[in-house]
Amino acid sequence: MVYRIVIRRTLLSITVAITVSAIGFALLRLSGDLAQILAGQQATLEEVEVIRKAYGLDRPLQKQYLDWLKHMAVGDLGQSLFFQRPVASLLFERLPTTMILGCLSLALAMAIAVPLGIMGAIWKGSMVDRTALILSSLGQSMPSFWVALLLVWLFGVTLQWTPISGSQGWRNFILPSITLAFYSLPIILRLTRTEMIEVLQSDYLRTARAKGLTRFSIVFKHALRNAMRPVVAVGAVQLGYLLGGSIVIETIFAINGIGYLAWESILRSDFPIVQSILVVVSLIYVIMTLAADLLNAVLDPRQRGI
Amino acid sequence: MLPLDVVERRSSNFLRPFLRSADGAMKFGGLIVGSIILIAILAPVIAPHDPYDQELSARLLPPAWHAKGTWAHPLGTDQLGRDYMSRLIYGSRISILIGMSIVAISATIGTTLGGLAGYFKGRVDLFITFLITVRLSMPASLVALAVVSLVGNSLRSVILVLGFLLWDRFAVVTRTVVMHASTLEYVAAAQCLGCSTVRILVREILPNIASSLVVVATLEIAHAVLLEASLSFLGLGVQPPTPSWGLMMAEGKDQIFFSSWLIVFPGAALFLLMVGVNVLGDSLRQFAGSKGG
Repeated sequence: MVYRIVIRRTLLSITVAITVSAIGFALLRLSGDLAQILAGQQATLEEVEVIRKAYGLDRPLQKQYLDWLKHMAVGDLGQSLFFQRPVASLLFERLPTTMILGCLSLALAMAIAVPLGIMGAIWKGSMVDRTALILSSLGQSMPSFWVALLLVWLFGVTLQWTPISGSQGWRNFILPSITLAFYSLPIILRLTRTEMIEVLQSDYLRTARAKGLTRFSIVFKHALRNAMRPVVAVGAVQLGYLLGGSIVIETIFAINGIGYLAWESILRSDFPIVQSILVVVSLIYVIMTLAADLLNAVLDPRQRGI
Repeated sequence: MLPLDVVERRSSNFLRPFLRSADGAMKFGGLIVGSIILIAILAPVIAPHDPYDQELSARLLPPAWHAKGTWAHPLGTDQLGRDYMSRLIYGSRISILIGMSIVAISATIGTTLGGLAGYFKGRVDLFITFLITVRLSMPASLVALAVVSLVGNSLRSVILVLGFLLWDRFAVVTRTVVMHASTLEYVAAAQCLGCSTVRILVREILPNIASSLVVVATLEIAHAVLLEASLSFLGLGVQPPTPSWGLMMAEGKDQIFFSSWLIVFPGAALFLLMVGVNVLGDSLRQFAGSKGG
């Protein structure tokens, strides 16, 4: 029964989301005295106490958490200490930029990795296959911030084809999306290849071949549909991951998304922002994983029986 | 598949099958990782200069093969006139030290949790799987950045924070492997003999799943080293003047217009280590997979 899996998975995701929010809250409260950090190094004890009162940091931790959760539920993420503005509106401004970057990168990675993976599976051991595997090993081993800096140096500084920082125009997104695409390309390529090889060896495709179907129809009409299911799922999870993992890349290219905002806020000890980004990114990840799972459950008749 | 008789006789038990089937890729990866470890150990001997020595008259010298370079500083100097090659050599110590310490912590946490989940199954498994899901939902780099900035950035806090963050893959793999192993006869035999659970897990099951753990540990070292480098790159990892490859790139990135070697070399060193560790890990995994376990 599909809806039973849906309900179970959704409940699990909600529990995970609440736990994550509690951990995120506790981590940032317990790893340092927030009042002391807010007051600064030179502050006297009395000043620290005044700040502790003003921000409500003297109340019991669980009460602070519950209050925070209540506010979050209605979309109030608190006030930024640096910008003196509601965090929610700040995030609302920055999130689309990160989303665009994430989607662009994922689309680029898919567009390269999926065809290469399919070709690698069909012509296993061929030049194409080996080149693709080497490419994915490189992607796996090259630190993304190094790739970013090399791209900046080559296309931004030496050739001057692209701008190297900012997020005003579409040209600003070229280098960052290439960097991030290079990062998620290996996992998609390897998965496509493995899944495709497995599907091509399955019984129903042997039947298809025995029926005399053309190779084109076997690969694109029959094999692809089954092989792509896990790939789509991983793509969804990767998107969630790219949103959280783009801190370094956004910082290098000064892309005005939530990753850059997170880094700036960490340096400024702007906790309401850091906390909210942590929770929002985790939440997006949880939703993406849930979507991937549900998609799997709906698309794969074999899972419905469980 | 070349026989490696000499090495084989000396090797410990669980490494023996790995070495016997050592193929090209495994040797290639092993060679790179081995050389970097050797460089890290021998750093004081092979480094041409003290990595902290500032020579302000020789700032931003290009590598020796440039017209303006000198062989006194083969890979040039940085913005404070420190010998770049010596800093790179000492940087390998930081990366390896950090990678191994982090994995030592995360492996302990991960295998314990995974082992308990796989052995007891049922509610214990449900709870630990839940913990893994929660951990995976939190972006590791963001959590690490935030916590490190709060507790103060130092080598020790980076190691502790990342060690307590990166246990998920150990837990997932151990859980699966132990779940399978706990149904095998030798475990049943040990249970019949009245062995304690701890003894069964540590003395009976652990040696049998060690090969899978070695694979995970190798790949996780790569992950940990990369995360440290990005933390240091963002200014929230190892503190200056410690020579960390990530930090060196951060210091060099403002000079990208005229002194590109400042980012090319540390990145290349990191890349080389990653290639070595990943190739080694992948070929070990292929071998562990072909064993049918």
